[in-house]
Amino acid sequence: MIALSDYLILAAGLFMLAVAGIFLNRKNVILLLMCIELMLLAVNMNFVAFSHFLGDMTGQVFVFFILTVAAAEAAIGLAILVVVFRSQQTINVEDLDSLKG
Amino acid sequence: MPFDAANLFPILPEIAILVTASVVLVLDLYLKEKDKDINHTLTLIGLLVAIGLTGAVGGGDARVVFDGNVVRDGLTDLLRGAILVVSLLAFVYARPWLKDRGLFVGEFYVLGLFAILGMLIMVSANSFLTIYLGLELQALSLYALVAFDRDSKKGAEAAMKYFVLGALGSGMLLYGVSMIYGATGSIEFGPVAQAVAEQGMDNKVLVFGVVFLVIGVGFKFGAVPFHMWVPDIYEGAPTPAVLLLGSAPKIAAFALAIRMLVDGLEAIQPDWQGMLLILAVLSMGLGNLVAIAQTNIKRMLAYSTISHVGFIFLGLLAGSAQGYASAMFYAIVYAVMSTGAFGILLILSRKGFDAENLDDLKGLNDRDSWYAAMMALVMFSMAGVPPTVGFMAKLLVLESVVRIDLVWLALVAVAFSIIGAFYYLRVVKVIYFDKPDPDMPVLTTSGGVRFAMSLNGLSLLALGLFPATLLSWCQSVFV
Amino acid sequence: MENVYLTIVLAPLLGAIIAGFFGGRIGRRGAHSVTIAGVGLSTALSLLVLARFIWGDLPVYNEAVYTWMVSDGIRFEVGFLVDRLTALMMATVTFVSLMVHLYTIGYMADDEHNWPHGALTGKNSYQRFFSYISLFTFSMLMLVMSNNFMQLFFGWEAVGLVSYLLIGFWSTRETAIFANMKAFLVNRVGDFGFILGIAAVGMYFNSMDYAEVFAAAPAHAETQVALFGGVSLMTLICILLFIGAMGKSAQVPLHVWLPDSMEGPTPISALIHAATMVTAGVFMVARMSPLFEMSETALSFILIIGATTALFMGLIGLVQNDIKRVVAYSTLSQLGYMVTALGASAYAAGMFHLMTHAFFKALLFLAAGSVIIAMHHKQDIREMGGLRRYMPITWITALIGSLALIGFPAFSGFFSKDAIIEAVGHSTLYGSGYASLLLTIGVFVTALYSFRMYFLVFHGTPRMDEHTRHHLHETPWVVTVPLVLLAIPSVVLGWLVIEPLLVTNWFATGDWNPIVVAHDHDTLHTLREHWHGQWAFVLHGMTMPPFFLAMGGLALAAVVWWFTFAKNPKIDDQLQAMGGPVTKVLQAKYGFDDFNQKVFAGGSRMLGRALWLGGDRAIIDDGVVNGSAHRVAALAQRARHLQTGYLYHYAIAMIVGLVGLLTFFVVL
Repeated sequence: MIALSDYLILAAGLFMLAVAGIFLNRKNVILLLMCIELMLLAVNMNFVAFSHFLGDMTGQVFVFFILTVAAAEAAIGLAILVVVFRSQQTINVEDLDSLKG
Repeated sequence: MPFDAANLFPILPEIAILVTASVVLVLDLYLKEKDKDINHTLTLIGLLVAIGLTGAVGGGDARVVFDGNVVRDGLTDLLRGAILVVSLLAFVYARPWLKDRGLFVGEFYVLGLFAILGMLIMVSANSFLTIYLGLELQALSLYALVAFDRDSKKGAEAAMKYFVLGALGSGMLLYGVSMIYGATGSIEFGPVAQAVAEQGMDNKVLVFGVVFLVIGVGFKFGAVPFHMWVPDIYEGAPTPAVLLLGSAPKIAAFALAIRMLVDGLEAIQPDWQGMLLILAVLSMGLGNLVAIAQTNIKRMLAYSTISHVGFIFLGLLAGSAQGYASAMFYAIVYAVMSTGAFGILLILSRKGFDAENLDDLKGLNDRDSWYAAMMALVMFSMAGVPPTVGFMAKLLVLESVVRIDLVWLALVAVAFSIIGAFYYLRVVKVIYFDKPDPDMPVLTTSGGVRFAMSLNGLSLLALGLFPATLLSWCQSVFV
Repeated sequence: MENVYLTIVLAPLLGAIIAGFFGGRIGRRGAHSVTIAGVGLSTALSLLVLARFIWGDLPVYNEAVYTWMVSDGIRFEVGFLVDRLTALMMATVTFVSLMVHLYTIGYMADDEHNWPHGALTGKNSYQRFFSYISLFTFSMLMLVMSNNFMQLFFGWEAVGLVSYLLIGFWSTRETAIFANMKAFLVNRVGDFGFILGIAAVGMYFNSMDYAEVFAAAPAHAETQVALFGGVSLMTLICILLFIGAMGKSAQVPLHVWLPDSMEGPTPISALIHAATMVTAGVFMVARMSPLFEMSETALSFILIIGATTALFMGLIGLVQNDIKRVVAYSTLSQLGYMVTALGASAYAAGMFHLMTHAFFKALLFLAAGSVIIAMHHKQDIREMGGLRRYMPITWITALIGSLALIGFPAFSGFFSKDAIIEAVGHSTLYGSGYASLLLTIGVFVTALYSFRMYFLVFHGTPRMDEHTRHHLHETPWVVTVPLVLLAIPSVVLGWLVIEPLLVTNWFATGDWNPIVVAHDHDTLHTLREHWHGQWAFVLHGMTMPPFFLAMGGLALAAVVWWFTFAKNPKIDDQLQAMGGPVTKVLQAKYGFDDFNQKVFAGGSRMLGRALWLGGDRAIIDDGVVNGSAHRVAALAQRARHLQTGYLYHYAIAMIVGLVGLLTFFVVL
């Protein structure tokens, strides 16, 4: 039997991976979008695990909403990506540095 | 769940905004270029109707509907009203700017209205799910608004930064919510509060979750060290978008904090009090300090926002009814002040020219003494000079921290606000004592804009002289 | 009634705002119309309120209109206490103010000549002037209608501010600037005492509300304050409050600003520096009578200060040659009479004199102003003479005013002044003998200087230059109508109101008695007990020393400055030369000005210079202010580099925050 803590540790691991991806990656913006998706999935994992072990459906309902929002978020993210590429001809994270100070 | 009218009644203002947004969205497809003013008019009507409905459904005891997910109480009424009024002003100021740049399209209004809808939902949320949905609706609309001027390089960069950091922030918030859910078995604030009161501060999972929630709140407010997005977005985004995302969302963020931390987690207040304290001191310090070094006025206002957030946190962390009321007073007043400040920047802009440097305000008094006076009022109020309302707001939050015996904190806050006074007064100096460039064209504004700006500026003075009404409203929320 | 009272207060404010902010747009006509409409409205309503107190049964109104804030249980409110005392003041203030508004149309008609060509401040000065006097009316009404100490202080400072603005109205004149600075500084001294008094009230009574403080006062009758080896709380509070009154009502030694305030335009001298604002101190003490009655020390203090002012300031009036300054010193002396009455616990008599004085002194000032208009803004009485032939209305009204001032039988001043002298004579407090003597001599002096001025101005042969005499004529109706309207009450008012005010205690409404007099301080009781109507009072008065002294003064003035002067125009100078050192002392005004100028002004300048060089420049400027400003700016320049512009750095900042909070709150 897999214990609750195992799920939580896995989710925490995924979450950390996602966060690390956001600040380690200095090249491609698309990778950032993927990291964000991963982060939300880690949260989903948490919710589902808790939901199962608490015997309460609310958590799983929450997950559906998160999935929907994640889809919308990805759409907006990609749209912004297109705008960025159109104006700068690059999607390098390092090149987005004109605003600072 | 019975989907009856009684459930819908308390959320009539939200419905009004939703209907307006949908109508504008569809209608815009059929409007000719010259008829785009209809969008504007419809939006204003929608907002006015929503304000009216807020008054109509407001008052009386709290009502919880939609299976405990939505609530309408004193907090809802007051914050709804404030958000709608401030946004109304924002739309009025934005119109000439949009027209000058050929950006006078329906999307601006649709996105703006959806953002407002998101804020309204946050304000009336009674569970973590509702508040998350409201938050995302608001945030997604605002991401798009920042990138709204598609040809602007800075706008695109700002939108990308805002989007990535915003997603990171709400990811952390969600992670915290999942922990709270695991620890308490519920996502509604009422049952959560009950469970938290039983378990107390010993439950490490709970405290673990609270850290993430506070980060989410801190991010939405723009508190140090979760503030990095604020200056870049304020500078990069088109000014009307900044106007929308710099004013009313602070009120919504305040609702986020009150709903989650006070309604849900008041039992472990000592924990989040400590976290807010750290964020408050850092925000007041860094915000005021770095603002001094700015020459771009939008960026300066961004850092000023950060420092004001520190003050709002002072009221929140006091953990008393008086403290919450003073924080609420501050948040509302701040929204009005920042609307005024960005409104003036919009008024000063014209076709092919954006007023965003300190130098663009030079000699404003010689160009239009009335707007100069209004801007001076806004700046005095932000600096906290009596008799403007900014002074009153600062005094109230300071009083609330003194009451919980954190006198050192009050002294720190006063010291930072003295540093802060420098850059606000520098703006006043530039307006009144510097000479305008000779090639500056005459300011032309419509009567509506002038009226709105007068209302905006004078309200800061009037509220400062007669704060009792608004203050007693704020206090009646937290009895 | 709340709406009526609010209208009374706010109508002048609205007028002031419109005339002040939109003066350029609405023009002269608009400015005076709107302010006169505002003040006219509040005059009408005030008279209505007064009438309903007299003939109706209007109840006392004592309510808070707006709660400004609550701090430590003390409520700071805007509220009105309208009883008969207030109603009387409201009617007086608004009526005189309305007259002055009307008069100003004529007086300021060509104000542009008073400004250097092209002066920026001279632009729209006419409108500004109307805005100020309307604002003054608002402030004064706030002061008298207040039901709490905070609003009293607001009104107190607001009238002071307007007074300051108006004394220095002609801001391009060096002397005007000096005078308004002086008025401002001297009033600060008084206000310092005043606000300490209010603070003491707040500290011991924990309330700002009059009614609550008065109700709690008896419980503090024995309270001692550990100050100067222990003084009674009531004495401390009363003396502190009275120091405020000394500043505002120009009592020795804080009187020095009032003569200089004549630098302001004459309508202001009439309204603010004679009829209303300077009486605020008198009104305040009368209003606080429940407190003052509890301290005989304070009452003695008031008595002595008042009597000193009454006589010695009148004496200075004898050697003045500027028409307005003569009237100004007479104002000082009359204020002394009122204050002495307060010290003798004859608050009603003090208020009575305040009211009659408001009318006849406003009349005298406006008449003086009328003369000044005719004389093309020359004010030296030695260069006037014979004006009665050219300006009959001004002449007659000035005569009426002077007769009222010296207390000629049956004129209004006669009743109020006689009542005061009689009351002081019955006082048994320490210093009452001194006061009684000084007031009685003062009557003679009053008659002498008033009629010296009257004869020099209106009788004899004209002494002005040919050009001025050629243009002499009566002033326009906007000037003469107020004169006539003020002359009427100057004659009849005393006759009408002495009985209700002094005999039947009209001030009390039901249970509410604003003027409280302790039993053994009741100096007006003989007057009450032997009251047989106005005729009897007049006849009785004509057998008393004050009457003979007044007549003697009048006669002497007539002999010297009318009959002798006709033959020997140098008589005035000769008399002054005969006075020798006495004249010198009087001309130097007892040296108060020199003393202040040298000791206080000079001393503080020296001290200030030392502190400036040592403390300010060396330590504060170079060290703290500039030093820290440079350091902060340098720090800011460095701190802004935290914002690198790189997305991943922003993310790292958030992670650092996360890890920091987690470590601090979860792990530890």
